[in-house]
Amino acid sequence: MSRVVTLKINGQDVSGREDETILQVARENGIDIPVLCYLEGLSAVGACRLCLVEVTGVSRLLPSCVTRVSEGMEVNTESERLQRYRRMIVELLFSEGNHICSVCVSNGHCELQNMAIKLRLDHIGMPYRFPVRQVDASHARYGLDPNRCILCTRCVRVCDEIEGAHTWDIMGRGINSQLISDMHTPWGESETCTSCGKCVQVCPTGALFVKGKSVAEMTKRPDFLPYLAMMRNRKNGS
Amino acid sequence: MNLEDLHTIAQQHHEADSKLEHILYVCTGTACQSSRSEDVLKAIQAELKARGLEKKCAARPGGCQGLCARGPLANLDHGKRIYQHLTPEDASAVVDSFESEPPERIQLDKQLPFFTRQVRVATQGGGLIDPTDLESYIAAGGYTALLDSLMHKTPAEVLQEVVKSGLRGRGGGGYPTGLKWSTVAKAVQTPKYVIVNGDEGDPGAFMDRAVMEDYPFRVLEGMTLAAYAVGASQGYIYVRAEYPLAVKRLQNAIKQAQKQNLLGSNIGGTPFSFNVEIRLGAGAFVCGEETALIASIEGGRGVPRPRPPYPAESGLWGKPTLINNVETIANVVAIVQRGGDWFASIGTEKSKGTKVFALSGRINNTGLIEVPMGITLREVIFEIGGGIPSGKKFKAVQTGGPSGGCIPEQYLDMPVDYESLTRVGSIMGSGGMIVMDETSCMVDVAKYFMEFSMAESCGKCVPCRVGTAQMYDLLCKISEGRATLDDLALLESLCDMVKHTSLCGLGQSAPNPVISTLRFFRDEYLAHILDKRCPAGVCQMKPEVMEVHS
Repeated sequence: MSRVVTLKINGQDVSGREDETILQVARENGIDIPVLCYLEGLSAVGACRLCLVEVTGVSRLLPSCVTRVSEGMEVNTESERLQRYRRMIVELLFSEGNHICSVCVSNGHCELQNMAIKLRLDHIGMPYRFPVRQVDASHARYGLDPNRCILCTRCVRVCDEIEGAHTWDIMGRGINSQLISDMHTPWGESETCTSCGKCVQVCPTGALFVKGKSVAEMTKRPDFLPYLAMMRNRKNGS
Repeated sequence: MNLEDLHTIAQQHHEADSKLEHILYVCTGTACQSSRSEDVLKAIQAELKARGLEKKCAARPGGCQGLCARGPLANLDHGKRIYQHLTPEDASAVVDSFESEPPERIQLDKQLPFFTRQVRVATQGGGLIDPTDLESYIAAGGYTALLDSLMHKTPAEVLQEVVKSGLRGRGGGGYPTGLKWSTVAKAVQTPKYVIVNGDEGDPGAFMDRAVMEDYPFRVLEGMTLAAYAVGASQGYIYVRAEYPLAVKRLQNAIKQAQKQNLLGSNIGGTPFSFNVEIRLGAGAFVCGEETALIASIEGGRGVPRPRPPYPAESGLWGKPTLINNVETIANVVAIVQRGGDWFASIGTEKSKGTKVFALSGRINNTGLIEVPMGITLREVIFEIGGGIPSGKKFKAVQTGGPSGGCIPEQYLDMPVDYESLTRVGSIMGSGGMIVMDETSCMVDVAKYFMEFSMAESCGKCVPCRVGTAQMYDLLCKISEGRATLDDLALLESLCDMVKHTSLCGLGQSAPNPVISTLRFFRDEYLAHILDKRCPAGVCQMKPEVMEVHS
């Protein structure tokens, strides 16, 4: 059994189990830390860097989604510096792809868009890169528009960890990274895809969508995940 | 094979050598090979045979002798004479000169500071050990440290020597090696692994390549000592596939060591067993980061993961894993052989021992050197390195590759150690030193390294993936005279953000070349931005193309 520890988040006294992360404890106590790659029920990868927090006595910023709580820890999730970095990260994401909300199926239900609003981002301070990316509409029921992909890898993880198909993965390196199905074959020709649609539901933007949805019609429901994860844990006896 | 056998082999080797009148070692490192040193060696061997001297004189393949700029090099009778710029056609002149003076053209002054100022620990032997022959290594004292430790010392005693030596990681970070070892030794899970990181990838760095090529047995012996100290049973050497000669020599060394029972089961007749395998990297710079390297060995994409847990606790296949750089491991042999106190007596208070540096760029003596820590940059560049060619003026020296910075003239008298380099905004890094003179543009240098970091970013975390690309675009804009002061401000805030928010060392250090050149050469940036002019005359100005609508 893990020990129970007490710590401070933004000056508020909270308690948590030693095997819990800062993010989990913060959420239990109603403290919101912004995330894009993290999704409850999937493994945490610490890739979006939005959930970085300051911990007293540690010179580096720590990703709260993978950092465990410890006794006497003092966490700050809301400093001016963190907010500045978060805004820049979201700006980088907007500049990287082709995010045109007005014509996007996820307009109004998009986690990237909501994040921008939450961080009060009113313009993008760096040049757009305008990459040329092909839409994959080869699947019968779903579509992939990589212009809206932020490479959070939620789809990769849900497909691998929950569905067990591992249809999705990332190809290439650095700024040329891209999401691919199977060995870079069109999604519709994928031999591993079970068409379960979990990837579509966990995708934070309009990159993965259900065909036939028009602008702003694509609402996503990733809430099945915590239940699935919980049932699995129960089945595995942990 | 036990200690006595080692002595017998060494003795026989020395006896055989003493019967020879002359021994010539021809460098067969990558640099000299590229200027036909293997043909030179063959020609000299043929010449000896033709003159019926092959019983009296020997010409052997050796390791890197350091002064790559003058290669192919050869060394006669352990430093009696050093030859330079050899060609196969020089074979008869070389053999003639065994007894008399050689022509000036191929003679190299052995009293050059380049040779006299070096202190060799990791590269002990100075290229005068045949890298393909185990006996040659044993004759030079090889494997006594290992067999002596296995028979007479406990793992804790071996570990204690390394702790006492104060050795710090030579791959760049400078983490105390003894501490790393003791953490792995303390871990309870088994099996444990030892990984040697030979994924050297910075532009202008070739230290680890030389150590693996020239002293493959030393790498194996050091690894085995490490495995004994921490209780590991399996080792991996991760080498980039771009180092074919290093791979070949390591494979050969593993085979020979296994044959002589210096690797494998019950090493030297003791209960200790340890196996080593080579893993090839596909040349991704990020795989030098330990968690990415582990992912690559496991067969996955070479992508780092957040630490903790550190590899010492959960590394390869989730087991406790010791990862050391090639040069670090090569130092271990001498430390165990001669004691931690001896090693600690070299160098400065916080940076012990010696460091191998690869000198390149605008410097006369391009090549590989090993010097004690605490030596000044001026000594390295102007004495050992022989200064700047064609009378040009020194401008800066770049250390640490794409993770390091440029150090200007005012710090030339600074001692070379981990702390001092960090203080001036650079890092020790793995040991590349690129010297630049007045014809180098610092914006162009920063752009070059940022292009490297952008291309080598794995793409996992947002700041590094997109941040390096944005910074590169901004640097292009500046170097082409299209930028404004707002662009410079954006560049600086991106540097700060990428440095503090990236996931692994690659991203965290990618802005360093920009930060350090901005710190010392801000006027050059401003000249590009405000005057649309490159002071060094390197950058081509491309002022904004005006669009004309008719």
